[in-house]
Formats: sequence, structure tokens, C-alpha cells
Amino acid sequence: MNLRRSAQIGIQKMTVQQIHIDPKLAAILESVSDPEIPVLSIMEMGVVRTAEIKNNIAEITITPTYSGCPAMDVIGDDIKKAFAAKGIEAKIDLVLAPAWTTDWITPKGRKALEDYGIAAPLEPEADIEALLGNKKLVKCPQCGSQNTKMISQFGSTACKAFFQCQDCQEPFDYFKCLK
Amino acid sequence: MQNNLVQYIYGIADNALILGQRLGELCGHGPNLETDIAMTNIALDLLGQTRSYYQYAAKLTGNEATEDTIAFLRSEREYKNVLIVEQPNTDFAYSIGRQFLFDVYHLLMLEQLQNSSDETLQAIAKKSIKEVSYHKRFSLDWIKRLGDGTEESHTKMQNAINDLWTFTDELFYQTDADKAMVSEQIGVDVTQLKDTYYSIISDILTESTLQVPDLKYFQKGGKQGIHSEHMGYILADLQYMQRTFPNMNW
Repeated sequence: MNLRRSAQIGIQKMTVQQIHIDPKLAAILESVSDPEIPVLSIMEMGVVRTAEIKNNIAEITITPTYSGCPAMDVIGDDIKKAFAAKGIEAKIDLVLAPAWTTDWITPKGRKALEDYGIAAPLEPEADIEALLGNKKLVKCPQCGSQNTKMISQFGSTACKAFFQCQDCQEPFDYFKCLK
Repeated sequence: MQNNLVQYIYGIADNALILGQRLGELCGHGPNLETDIAMTNIALDLLGQTRSYYQYAAKLTGNEATEDTIAFLRSEREYKNVLIVEQPNTDFAYSIGRQFLFDVYHLLMLEQLQNSSDETLQAIAKKSIKEVSYHKRFSLDWIKRLGDGTEESHTKMQNAINDLWTFTDELFYQTDADKAMVSEQIGVDVTQLKDTYYSIISDILTESTLQVPDLKYFQKGGKQGIHSEHMGYILADLQYMQRTFPNMNW
């Protein structure tokens, strides 16, 4: 744990019921990408909850995908840098409720995941069948075949499972459903 | 009330910290790559949850307390985790047995904590429960594979369950701080979860062709800060950098 950083980004308020993003700030936030998945902006990922200018400071709240996601600290820093480049000071807070769900990944975001080689999340029931029931439901993002096999319930990060295509043999990550 | 709440939070968060630390020891040492990654990812989830709890406890404590001072600068008796989470990774069966016996409890507890009258604890529970249900799926799956696997894996799994069983009853022990928080509808009355817990565990063990231990003597102490002989070594590892180089940063 980084002493200085944890003082910077922390949980201030717990709940943000309403998503509220100032359209003027949205463009800057669009330019910040998820460090683990560089093709995906944090807006497409659905982690930005509120963004507004108050007293000349951009106040941004983001929500973690997973509690321990190490990308959150990096995302906080990257947002600050993106705003600093536009001459705006940004203040970042983490919020936990309502908890992030893979439903918040936008359709554009899902497409970006697939293009990047990560299979997008299935619906909860299909997700359980694919992960525990050995059902062939996850499509290979390389060749599109559904003849795939789970290698590990946990993949390169906590949010993903590891699969392999039985047709093109390519191993790939599957973004697990989180609801 | 404030102090009881902080102590109550430690009782939950310290379990996640110490189990996360134990699982972290397997980083690069898992029996194969996939289980290595899985167990360290579970560790990461648990550490993330710990951070949320500790940030809240730090805010309640004030006096320049931070999540890091709570994690790194308390002495052994101030940690309120249950004994089961500090038990060592003797072999893979022990790591899985420990995870399974804890995950089932953890999920039941979080289901109730979601209804806490404390908004922060409610939010952390709702976040954590999604992650913990994945942990439980993983450990359950392995209990079945090892229990109903080869003669060797069955024997090892049974031995681990037999040894760890003595720590299960403590999960349902309440300290005075716990009782105070239950009476304010902030805390979870874990005594109410005991029957459900043992019935879930028994069903899964039976399905995995494992015997449910018939043990009448149980260990406790962790919740009062009286730990097993393993705890000092865990803290020595965990706290080394902050104790040696106070306020170090990277």
C-alpha cells in the first residue's frame, strides 16, 4: 500500500444514486483509458459516476470494478493528468454504492473488449454455466467459435476468467459477469 | 459506541487482511499456474475489501489514523481476526479447506451485513458480496474435486478438514463490541447463522464423499486478540517494511 496515494484517493461518500456527468467534462473523461484494457475508456467501462465543476475544481467520483482493483489508483492519477493538461484541477473520490456491475459497460465498450481479444460478459445464468458447468457458451473473440473451454475461473486480473478456443487454439480472457 | 463500531469493523476487516496475506504467500508458489492466479486474485479482492473497512475505521478514529496505520502499526493483540484465517498453507488441501470453511461463513455474514443500519457497512457488504460469491464457487469446486478425486487427494482433503474443524465454532462467537453493534442493528448476529452454516458445509462435504468431523472441542481466542502461534510470523512479514522504515513510501 502506498501511504501517499491512499491519502489522495479514498472513500468520502458512500452512495451516488444518480449518474451526473457534466457534458463539458465528458470529452476529457473519454480520453482516459482503463490501464488494464487500453482500448476502453473509463466512460465506456461505466466507472465514472459523477463529474461536475465546483469552485473551478472538477469533482469526479469513480466506482471500483472490484474492491482490490489496482487500476483504480492509476485511473485516479490519469484523470488528474488529463484535466491538468486542460488547465483544470481535479479532485477524485471513490464511491462504493451502488456497486459496479458489468451491465454498466456500454455497447461500444463491449465491442472494444471483443476487438481487443477479451470476450464480453454473458448474462448471470449463462456465466455460471460457462464457469462451473463446462457449457460452451463463451465465444472466442478471435475466430467466433463457441467451441471453447474454461482453463481457470480467474484470469490475468480478478475480473476475468481464462479460456481457450478448441478450434483456433487461441487462449483468451473472458470478462466475468458481475451483478 | 464509536469505539465499539471500530472494534466491530476490525473483527470483520482483520479476517480479510490476514486471509489475504496468507493467500498472498502462494503468489508464485501455487500448485499450478491457474490456482496460483486464482488464489492471489482472491487475496487481492480481500485486501481491497480490507482497505474500504479500514478507511472507514480510520475516519471514525480520527487522530491521523489512516488505513495504513491500522493495517501496519497495531500489535498482535489488537487484531481481531478469527483463528482459522491465520492457519498456514500446510498443503493445497489446507489452503482450500480454510478457504471453503471461511467463504461459506463470509457469504452468510455479508448477506446480513447488507441490511446493516450503517450506510457505509451496507455499501461495503454489497460490493464485497459479489466478489465473495466467486471465491465460494472456487473453493467449493475444489473441495468436490479433491474430496471426490483420487484416494490420495481424498485423504489429504479429509485430514485438512479434520484439522481445521476445531476453528469453525469461533466464527459464531460474539465479543462485547459485537453484541453492542447487534443491539443497534449495525452488526450481524452471527449466532443466528450457525445452523445454516453447518448444514451447508455438511451437505457439501457429504457430496464430496468427505466425512463431517464429529468434534466437540473447539478453539477460540482470535476475536479477543489472543491468537495462535502463527500470527506473530504473519505480522512480522506484513509489518516489516513499516516497522523498519517508518512512513516509507514507494
